[in-house]
Amino acid sequence: MREIAVIAFAQTRHSATDEGLTEPELILPVLDEVRERSGLRTFGFTCSGSCDYLAGAPFSFVSALDALGAWPPISESHVEMDAAWALYEAWVRLQHGDVDSALIYGFGKSSQGDLREIMTLQLDPYYLAPLGLDQVSFAALQATASGAERAELDEIVRRSRAAGRDNPYALDLPDPEGDAFEVEPLRPYDIAPITDGAAAVVLAAGDLARELCERPAWITGIAHRIDPHYLGMRDLARSASAAEAARAAGVGKGHVDVAELHVQFSHEEPILRRALELPESTVVNPSGGPLAANPVMATGLIRIGEAARRIMDGTAGRTVAHATGGPCLQHNLVTVMEG
Amino acid sequence: MGNRCAVIGVGQTHYTTKRRDVSIAGLVREAAVRALEDAGLTWKDIDAVVVGKAPDLFEGVMMPEAYLADALGAAGKPMMRVHTAGSVGGSTALVGASLIQGGVHDRVLVVAFEKQSESNATWALSTHLPFNASLVVGAGGYFAPHIREYMRRSGAPDHIGTLVAVKDRQNALKNPYAHLKIPGISREMVESTPMLWEPIRYLETCPSSDGACAMVLSSERAVTGTPAWVLGTAMRSEPIFRAGRDTVNPQGGKDCAADVYRQAGIADPRRDIDVAEVYVPFSWYEPMWLENLGFAAEGEGWKLTESGATALDGDIPWNASGGVLSSNPIGASGLIRFAEAALQVRGMAGEHQVDGARRALGHAYGGGAQFFAMWMVGSDKP
Repeated sequence: MREIAVIAFAQTRHSATDEGLTEPELILPVLDEVRERSGLRTFGFTCSGSCDYLAGAPFSFVSALDALGAWPPISESHVEMDAAWALYEAWVRLQHGDVDSALIYGFGKSSQGDLREIMTLQLDPYYLAPLGLDQVSFAALQATASGAERAELDEIVRRSRAAGRDNPYALDLPDPEGDAFEVEPLRPYDIAPITDGAAAVVLAAGDLARELCERPAWITGIAHRIDPHYLGMRDLARSASAAEAARAAGVGKGHVDVAELHVQFSHEEPILRRALELPESTVVNPSGGPLAANPVMATGLIRIGEAARRIMDGTAGRTVAHATGGPCLQHNLVTVMEG
Repeated sequence: MGNRCAVIGVGQTHYTTKRRDVSIAGLVREAAVRALEDAGLTWKDIDAVVVGKAPDLFEGVMMPEAYLADALGAAGKPMMRVHTAGSVGGSTALVGASLIQGGVHDRVLVVAFEKQSESNATWALSTHLPFNASLVVGAGGYFAPHIREYMRRSGAPDHIGTLVAVKDRQNALKNPYAHLKIPGISREMVESTPMLWEPIRYLETCPSSDGACAMVLSSERAVTGTPAWVLGTAMRSEPIFRAGRDTVNPQGGKDCAADVYRQAGIADPRRDIDVAEVYVPFSWYEPMWLENLGFAAEGEGWKLTESGATALDGDIPWNASGGVLSSNPIGASGLIRFAEAALQVRGMAGEHQVDGARRALGHAYGGGAQFFAMWMVGSDKP
């Protein structure tokens, strides 16, 4: 495959509440930032990820084109998925060989609605959605199935929130405390916080990447797989699609210094660690991960950006990013990057 | 453009107002099974699945690809979900083709659908407060002023839209999958229907349809049966609120066409293309797109329509299938254009086959006439 690298990444200082910005206003600064960091003003391909249901209005991606200033008209596409899949689409497009750069962005303002209920609408509309099970209830089923220990989950949240406090872009959340359940066995702090935010990444191929970036984060593997939708069709204690995507991306071909995992509930971290076969020595979510900032639709792209950033700043040699979609880790994308 | 890509299977459902007999999953699976049968393949021959549809509010299911993974045999495979407004069906084909052109997969199933009977499209298309003043005028109310501006600029006579409405519905009578079949369709019949959005009359608009369309795309080494070779692919987008943009003859459409023609070696579209399936949801968009896509000079598109050149027996048939005016499962409408173009160059379009079609254009547009997706397919390997 053609050599493709992440050469720039930017994200908003994510907020836990609506700060009165429209989506285009949210995106504009991060677009400016990656343009400045990459030195590119125009791109061979542009792709974004967003979700109409967050705003409760159609065509969330349309006004984003105005923030982009897409003129003259650009070669552009959009996925109604986490923007990590927009990056995947752009990576595929760069494989054609006729364009050398791509801009990817994702954004979401989950403060505007009730995310937990909105996510119910992602379920099979005939047999599952009418049951009224919300996202946290589903996650709780998986948490129970995974048999995670409370002490382990508490430590994951404590570590993630502490890392988040050190990350200027993540939320400032206190150490976990309290013994009330949100939905047993999950406590309120096991759940990724409601967050507004956006992120952008620039990909470049071969010589262009080397020219524009001192230490490009080369994508040496990228793959995704989806599991059956129905929870009864899956062993919820493990993530078969994450494991298969990790094998296809070649996670195990070398040591993983850092892994940024799309952990929306604390119990997902051990499930993903096992699926990706990450050793104890791998540092997981040094950014704090989604448990410290979860701007839905950008969260997965931010994992790629954070994992790439550690290669670009020279603090890691080989990193892995994971993104997910669908109920209970149904769909998983794994990206491996090297310096 | 990367590696060679071909269409080796096409499957469609019979488009209709309400498919009460199937779920959304049943609908998409019906189209997918037909595409696999056409290609002589089974589910296990497919490497990846790409799903496209217009806003999720149309059915009230957020990101339905998660739920559709099972019905589309995607479990254990990569699955993508595309959404680029009305052009999404075309974009879905292009994302699928890209996976093959990029050398990632050998066989990709692309599926697009809409089950409009599940909801209310005009409501779902309208942005409401606090984002916008809620006009609830739907697509017709949005595009009618653009059409009036086209008529003013070009001096086109009032009856041109009627001609397209009649021509496309006559073609639909030859297409077994078409939704609107109106025997004896005539100018008088169209002109007797109510005016919805001046100058668009009831029979000059597309219907609301339930339906799905699927294609199996293949790399060169994995071709089965009769291939339609992809000769060029392109997407273009432009901002909806840009002050200087021409919504009647959008730059994005011109650029997209120029890109796809360059790849396919098309110098003169009217001469070099044998048949075109173009997204015409309101009758007047035929003359407008004839100009935007370079089949006629600016201001001259309506003359081509009036002369009968775009009829099934004309020199450049447009929408031999009956087009969007005859079947409109919105998210699938673009993919149907792309699929019908492939059927034509495979010689498999049945009664609406254009004799000897070797090169065909598939076209889709969306948003405020700002998203464009196009491909050229041909019977000969590029």
